[in-house]
Amino acid sequence: MAEASLAGARTEASGASRRQPVSGRAPGQGAALRQRLAPWALPIAILILWEIASRSGLVTARLIPAPTSVAAAFWRLLLDGSLLYHTLASTQRAVIGLVIGGGIGFVLGVVNGLWRPAETFLDSTIQMVRNVPHLALIPLVILWFGIGETAKIFLVSVGVFFPIYMNTFYGVRTIDPQVVEMAEVYGLNRRAMILRIILPGALPSILVGLRYALGFMWLTLIVAETISATNGIGYMTMNAREFLQTDVVLLGIIVYALLGKVADLATRAIERRVLSWHPAYQGQEMGTP
Amino acid sequence: MTLALTSSHIAKPHVAREPKPPVNGLPLSLSNVEKRFGALSVLQHFSLDVPAGRFLAVVGRSGGGKSTLMRLIAGLDKPSSGTVSIGGAAVDGLNPDVRLLFQEARLVPWQRVGENVGIARGPRWQETARATLRDVGLEDRENDWPSVLSGGQKQRVALARALVSQPRILLLDEPFGALDALTRIEMHRLLETLWTARGFTTVLITHDVAEAVALADRVVVLREGAVALDIDIDLERPRRELADPRAVDLQRRILEAV
Ligand SMILES: Nc1ncnc2c1ncn2[C@@H]1O[C@H](COP(=O)(O)OP(=O)(O)O)[C@@H](O)[C@H]1O
Ligand SMILES: [Mg+2]
Repeated sequence: MAEASLAGARTEASGASRRQPVSGRAPGQGAALRQRLAPWALPIAILILWEIASRSGLVTARLIPAPTSVAAAFWRLLLDGSLLYHTLASTQRAVIGLVIGGGIGFVLGVVNGLWRPAETFLDSTIQMVRNVPHLALIPLVILWFGIGETAKIFLVSVGVFFPIYMNTFYGVRTIDPQVVEMAEVYGLNRRAMILRIILPGALPSILVGLRYALGFMWLTLIVAETISATNGIGYMTMNAREFLQTDVVLLGIIVYALLGKVADLATRAIERRVLSWHPAYQGQEMGTP
Repeated sequence: MTLALTSSHIAKPHVAREPKPPVNGLPLSLSNVEKRFGALSVLQHFSLDVPAGRFLAVVGRSGGGKSTLMRLIAGLDKPSSGTVSIGGAAVDGLNPDVRLLFQEARLVPWQRVGENVGIARGPRWQETARATLRDVGLEDRENDWPSVLSGGQKQRVALARALVSQPRILLLDEPFGALDALTRIEMHRLLETLWTARGFTTVLITHDVAEAVALADRVVVLREGAVALDIDIDLERPRRELADPRAVDLQRRILEAV
């Protein structure tokens, strides 16, 4: 129920945290530059130390390859095209799963949010199923679909379904009833009410759901591809492990991180665009525990 | 249609109201209205006639049933017994001739000011919205988001939204209660100007007796679900003189009845 899921709610003043730190103009250009570079100092120092440790034999290069060997692996796989091939294979699965699972979650969230009988009929079942960690379904999914594409897309769909469903439902349900009453007084029909009042009002919450969904999407894919695949980043890393190519394994991990970051940046860009009416582009957030 | 014109309404010429165009308001009548919520009886034997184009203020304590009265007139709610009629016809649901302004502006935050005013999206709504925004003193704000407006400006937008369809009855449920004193006086002048120009029948609910006396033709005190006092305010407009002894006397009489 909405109440129960609110327990997991947390508010994030994302508007504030997203803004760049305001660099003081008075002390001149040098200080501003230092301000901008400061966050990078630690990671760069770590990379340098790591490189030294790896080269000097302080750590086993076979277990923790030097940053330069990871960079070399990146270059090698970029040139032979396999990096792009595996990345595209993973992205394709991710997008198909997101469209299917997210689409169903969105539609059910809207329907259940607007229509009590549907909620009564469906919501408690969905809430029950939500408590099953979807990765626990892997053995079953393999039995059902074998180890082909369907299994992986199914898992991703299930993973993204819940955050989208819950946040859409919550967004539709928490529309200001006074605004809805006002719109009724002004004679908006059902269609206009949904398109102009309810969906835009639920949008901040839906986008929060999307951000969570993207996290689940990559997580599911990593696990699914590691277990069974013939391409994709997960496959690439598992394959490299068999040949002890630790640099490629590490590269795979970094690619996952980058893909996650790109997805997050894309959502934030969408948020900034479609929530420009909101004083701080912020909303009630709700995560899946 | 019942006419409840007291002699004072007919007899006294209101000099300042002379340039007023033909009244396009609708008369409003409640007879023997009762409204219950479960065991709680909010209105009992409530009768009231407001002739077309008049400005009525309703004063009463908080929780006294003023908003309930508004919702009955607006058709948002039904009386438990008795009838509410507008222009001689019994109220049955929402009526586009009747517009209601709430205490909160209730703007749609994700629609721009102009889109809020033209919320019903009638024919040529953008032009009409722009013209009405000009009437309430908010020209050039049609592309702003509501969140950047002040409280008074938000109520102006809400007023424009109510007026855009040329309503013949305007209901105002404590619309200025949350505004600061100066903004409130500005809003009073604006409302009086619009009312004089357009001639809609107005019912203003307020807990501010001075506001009632400054704006209305007639003040009704609602107490224990019925009319406790019903007096005419025969002061010439515009009423700029705050310390007018007649106004002070009227305020005192109203306060005694509340
Ligand atoms: N929908 C409702 N259900 C139950 N009680 C209500 C409802 N609406 C109003 N009331 C009650 O009716 C009384 C009058 O309310 P209201 O008309 O809002 O008063 P006012 O606007 O004068 O402050 C209050 O006691 C309020 O609690
Ligand atoms: Mg009230």
